[in-house]
Amino acid sequence: MVKKIDEEILKQKEVWEGTILKKRLDQAPERSESFTTVSGAEIDRLYGPWDLPDYDYAHELGFPGQYPYTRGIHPTMYRGRLWTMRQFAGFSSAQETNLRYKYLLSQGTTGLSVAFHMPTIMGICSDSELAAGEVGKCGVAIDSLADMEDLFSGIPLDKVTTSMTTNGPASILLAMYMGVAEKQGVGFDKIGGTIQNDILKEYIAQKSWIFPPRPSMRIITDLLSYCTKSVPRWNTISISGYHIREAGSTAVQELAFTLADGIGYVQAGIEAGIDPDDFAPRLSFFFNAHNDFFEEIAKYRAARRIWARVMKQRFGAKDPRSWMLRFHTQTAGCSLAAQQPMNNVIRTTIQALAAVMGGTQSLHTNSLDETLALPTEQSVTIAVRTQQIIAEESGVANTIDPLGGSYFVEALTNEMEKKALDYIQKIDDMGGIIAAIERGYPQKEIADAAYEYQRRLETGEKVMVGVNKYVMDEAEQIDTLMIDEAVEAEQKKRIENVRQRRDNRRVEETLAALKAAAAGTENLMPRILDAVRSYATLQEMVDTLKGVFGEYRDPGYV
Amino acid sequence: MTKGQKIRILLGKPGLDGHDRGIKVVARALRDAGIEVIYTGLHQTPEMIASAAIQEDVDAVGLSVLSGAHNHLFLKVIELLKKEGADDIAIFGGGIIPEKDITMLKAAGVGEIFLPGDSTERIIEWVRDNIHPR
Repeated sequence: MVKKIDEEILKQKEVWEGTILKKRLDQAPERSESFTTVSGAEIDRLYGPWDLPDYDYAHELGFPGQYPYTRGIHPTMYRGRLWTMRQFAGFSSAQETNLRYKYLLSQGTTGLSVAFHMPTIMGICSDSELAAGEVGKCGVAIDSLADMEDLFSGIPLDKVTTSMTTNGPASILLAMYMGVAEKQGVGFDKIGGTIQNDILKEYIAQKSWIFPPRPSMRIITDLLSYCTKSVPRWNTISISGYHIREAGSTAVQELAFTLADGIGYVQAGIEAGIDPDDFAPRLSFFFNAHNDFFEEIAKYRAARRIWARVMKQRFGAKDPRSWMLRFHTQTAGCSLAAQQPMNNVIRTTIQALAAVMGGTQSLHTNSLDETLALPTEQSVTIAVRTQQIIAEESGVANTIDPLGGSYFVEALTNEMEKKALDYIQKIDDMGGIIAAIERGYPQKEIADAAYEYQRRLETGEKVMVGVNKYVMDEAEQIDTLMIDEAVEAEQKKRIENVRQRRDNRRVEETLAALKAAAAGTENLMPRILDAVRSYATLQEMVDTLKGVFGEYRDPGYV
Repeated sequence: MTKGQKIRILLGKPGLDGHDRGIKVVARALRDAGIEVIYTGLHQTPEMIASAAIQEDVDAVGLSVLSGAHNHLFLKVIELLKKEGADDIAIFGGGIIPEKDITMLKAAGVGEIFLPGDSTERIIEWVRDNIHPR
C-alpha cells in the first residue's frame, strides 16, 4: 500500500481504461450493469491504490494484538490456538440434550452452546397453557434447577466453557448454571462461558423479550456488576448481530445496530456506576456469516476497528482488553435453502471460511437440514467436520489476517466502517439506542431491507441456487429429526415432581425477597440465586419480576 | 359476494415464536398486491387470533410458525373458528413444516402451506385463486 497515490499509476489506469478495457467492453459487455453484494452495496470492477489515498498502515491496521486490532485481537491468532468450535445444540429433554453434548465433545468440539426451547426463552414453564405444542421443539426444556442439573450431568463445569442463548431470563438461567456448579463443588471463579443477555437486539430483531427495555437494562447492569465481582470468567453479554442479520438486515445494518447496542450497554454500565474497564473486557460479540465472502470479512475487520476506537476515545477505557472486540460467528441460517439441501454444506463452508479469515474467536457451522428441522447427528457431524477441514487442511489458519492489504478488502472495510458510523451517529442523535428502538427505527430499517432482498430474489437479480435458478424436481426427502410429542407430558411430570419435592415455604420466601429487591435498588442476582437454589421454577421467578416490571408487547411494525 | 370487493386477510403469529421476517414480507407483498392485510403482531394465543379473525370479519387467516409448534397451533385455531361457527374463514400458513405434517394439516382443513423458498408471487397467486370476499 502507498501513502500518496502514485500519479504514474493513476495515469496508467486511465490509459488502461481508454484502451484495453474499452476495447473489451465494446466487444463484450459485462454480465451485469452493476455488481452488488448480497446486501446490495455496489462493488467496483477493480480496486487499487487509488481506493486507499493517504492510507496510514499504523493508524488503520496496526499489528495483531495491537490497537485498533483491525488485523486481529491476538498477536499469534490461529497459529497460537485455533478458534473454538462451538455447536449450538438443544432439543427435547435435558437428558436427551445431555447425550448430544457428550457426543459433540467426543467428536472434538471444544465448547458447549445451549439452545433453550421457546417457553424457557420467554420465561414460561412447560406446564403453562402458553407452552402447549412448543415443549422441547426448538431447544431443550429447562424449567428449574433440576433440569439444569440433568443437562450437565457428568460434564464437569470447570472443564468446559458453555454459551447460553437466553436474553429475557438470562440472569435466572445463569443462576441455574451457577447452581449446578455449586452442586459439582466447582467455584464460581472457575466456571467460564457466555450468556447472550442481549435484550436490545430482541426488541430490534429476535423478538424474544419479556420485560420492557428500561427495567431490562437494570436486570442487565445488575448481572454485569455481580459477575464482575463474583463470576470473573463469565462473558456477561454477547452483543449479537446474528439475529439482526437473520431478520433481514444488510451487513452494514448488522454491524451498526450491533455496535450501537454495545454502546448502549457500556453507557448503561457507566450510569450504574461501574468502571468500563471492570466490565468491558467481559463483553463479547456475535456476528452472522452470510454468503458474500468479502463483505463479511470486511464487516468483522471494521467491527474490531470501530469498537476499539469507541471504547478508547468515546468511553475513555484504559485497559486494552476493553478495546478488543472478541466475537463468535454463526453461519447464516437464512441463507440456506430447503431445496436441494445438500448444497447447504457448500454455503456453510464459504461462510465459515469468511468467519475464519475475518478472525473469529469461535464458530458455529449450520447443518444442511436446518431449513427443514433441527439437525440430525449425521448432519451436525458434517458441520463440525467442515470447521476441522478449514482449520487443519485448507491452510488458511497458517497466517494472520490473510486478506489484510488487499485493496478490495481494505476499501470495503473502510466503507463499511464509514456507513456504520453514519448509522451510529443517527442513533446518537435520536438519544441513543433505547430511544431509537422505542420509535421503531432499527426495526423499520430491517423490515425495509428484508422486503427489498425478497424483491431482488423474486426478480432474479439475486440468485439462490436451487430456489430461483437451477431448480430441480426433488423426489427424495432427507431424513430429519422429529421431536417426540411425549416429551411435553414427561416434562410436565418432571415439574410436578420438583414442586412436590421442594420446600414450598422456602420458595415463597425467596420469591418474596426477589420481589422486594426488584421493587428497590438492591442487586437482583443474589436473590435470583437463592430462588434457584430453592427450586423455584423459571416461570415463578419471571412472573414475580413481571409483577414489578411489567411486560413488553409487540408494536407489530410491518 | 360483491364484485370488486377487497380480500381481507388476518396474518397471525401464534405461539411463542419470534421469527417475523417471513410474515412481515408476506404482509407487505399482499398489501402491494391490493389485498387488505391485518397483522396481529407476535406472541398471540390461538384464542386471540380466532377472535380477531371474527371481529375483523376477514376472509382468511394466514398463520406463520417456525418453532415446530405448528401442529398444535394450527389445529387449535381451526377448532376455535369452528366452535364459533366461523369455519368459512379459510386458513393457510407457512413455516418450517415437515411434509408429513403438511399432509395432516391439509386433511384438517388448512388450504395451503408455504415453505422456505416459496415466492411471495406464489402466495399472492394462491390467495387470488382461493380466497374470495365472503
